[in-house]
Amino acid sequence: MILFIGCILLIVIGLYAIVTKRNLIKIAIGFCMIEYGINLLFAFIGFKKNSLAPIITNINTPKNFVDPIPQALVLTAIVIGLGTTAVMVSMIIRIYEKYKTLDINEIRKLKG
Amino acid sequence: MNNESDNNKFSTSSKNSETKGMTIIVKTITRIIAGFIFLYGWYIVFHGHLTPGGGFAGGVILCASFVLLILSFGATEIRERTSSIFSSIFESLGGLLFLLVILLGFFTGAFFFTNVLPKGTPLKILSAGVIPIANIAIGIKVGAGLLSIFIAFAALHYIMKE
Amino acid sequence: MIELFILVTAMLAAAIVAIEIKDLLASAVAMGIVGFSVAIMFILVQAPDLAIVQIVVEILTVVFFAAAILRTTHTDDTIGKGIQSESIFPVVTFFIFGTLFLVLAIYAIKDLPQFGEPIMKVSNFYIENGLPHTGAANLVAAIILDYRGYDTFGEAVVLFTSVLGVLTIMRMKGKL
Repeated sequence: MILFIGCILLIVIGLYAIVTKRNLIKIAIGFCMIEYGINLLFAFIGFKKNSLAPIITNINTPKNFVDPIPQALVLTAIVIGLGTTAVMVSMIIRIYEKYKTLDINEIRKLKG
Repeated sequence: MNNESDNNKFSTSSKNSETKGMTIIVKTITRIIAGFIFLYGWYIVFHGHLTPGGGFAGGVILCASFVLLILSFGATEIRERTSSIFSSIFESLGGLLFLLVILLGFFTGAFFFTNVLPKGTPLKILSAGVIPIANIAIGIKVGAGLLSIFIAFAALHYIMKE
Repeated sequence: MIELFILVTAMLAAAIVAIEIKDLLASAVAMGIVGFSVAIMFILVQAPDLAIVQIVVEILTVVFFAAAILRTTHTDDTIGKGIQSESIFPVVTFFIFGTLFLVLAIYAIKDLPQFGEPIMKVSNFYIENGLPHTGAANLVAAIILDYRGYDTFGEAVVLFTSVLGVLTIMRMKGKL
């Protein structure tokens, strides 16, 4: 319960960065925080006490494993997150080359 | 590009050391361990159906070995352009191989993602049908794709300048 | 479980530092601390596949952010200017909607299964039949490449699109 709320707090911190910060890199970092929070929440939901990782090492041993489905979902989400972060960062580089600033209020005033 | 932005370039391509890269210590260590990182990436990819890892993890590790090489040795304009082209080609090849693996089940009369190859003995390296091939395809695709993204950040500065 | 609490606390502290610090490079490094804490927690909740991917992806994310920061600017000029009139509306909006989101999320969490006791209706089928059906000993690989292969295929398409997008944006030669 408290661990789940920790993940939610990480999401809220990311939301805070996105809504109130005016620096573009801080906003991108906020997106990364939200992504980590959601991934961690999924991994926590799938955890089962006193179990092993879902990898069969011996056919005859009893199959006492954690839930493998959230892990499979998160595995693709992590790599997709890297791709979207790369697109965001490349856009930030282009915006800086055009406006010479990262402050979104200044960028809105300049109106190129 | 004008002269102002030259001061703020990425560290591997700063003004006076375009081809020099980092110091001799970093270069020596990189020369020793980059090959091992590359081999470890392929190990993770090939054992993806038996041990933790798989195409995603192995592909990102393969990409990381090349990133280490480019960061430590610096990159000249020619090498950047060739590696950019090669990584794009490998990414397309990986994607096409994965598509082929998918369509293999379709061509043999079943549905998508059918495991058409024989399963083999469990817990051996030659088992699980098409899953190792799909892992290799995803490894090539993820590694080459992320490497071309990195080259775009680090190196396309010179290509754009033409 | 005490190590998970310590790591969650460290993660939240590093997240606050990453957002509030003035030096952008230090901000990227603090984001790296968040990512590595997440990786260690993945190991502790028995998810080694995720831990391997998260560690390497975190390294690459920090490298990408460092590339952007070294090409643009090192300091966050918006911190330390005091409260301006333009920044009041976002803060008020955040406090209203952030509190709403937090309260609703805590209500939703009460309906989730307790930590350590998941509902494994579908997973039990996969765990029992994964090895005979697919032949893969790693059940996560069996799920992402056999049972739920469309998910992986969509991921490949998204990654290809993002590579295409980055190359298009960074190659743009037009007016700067």
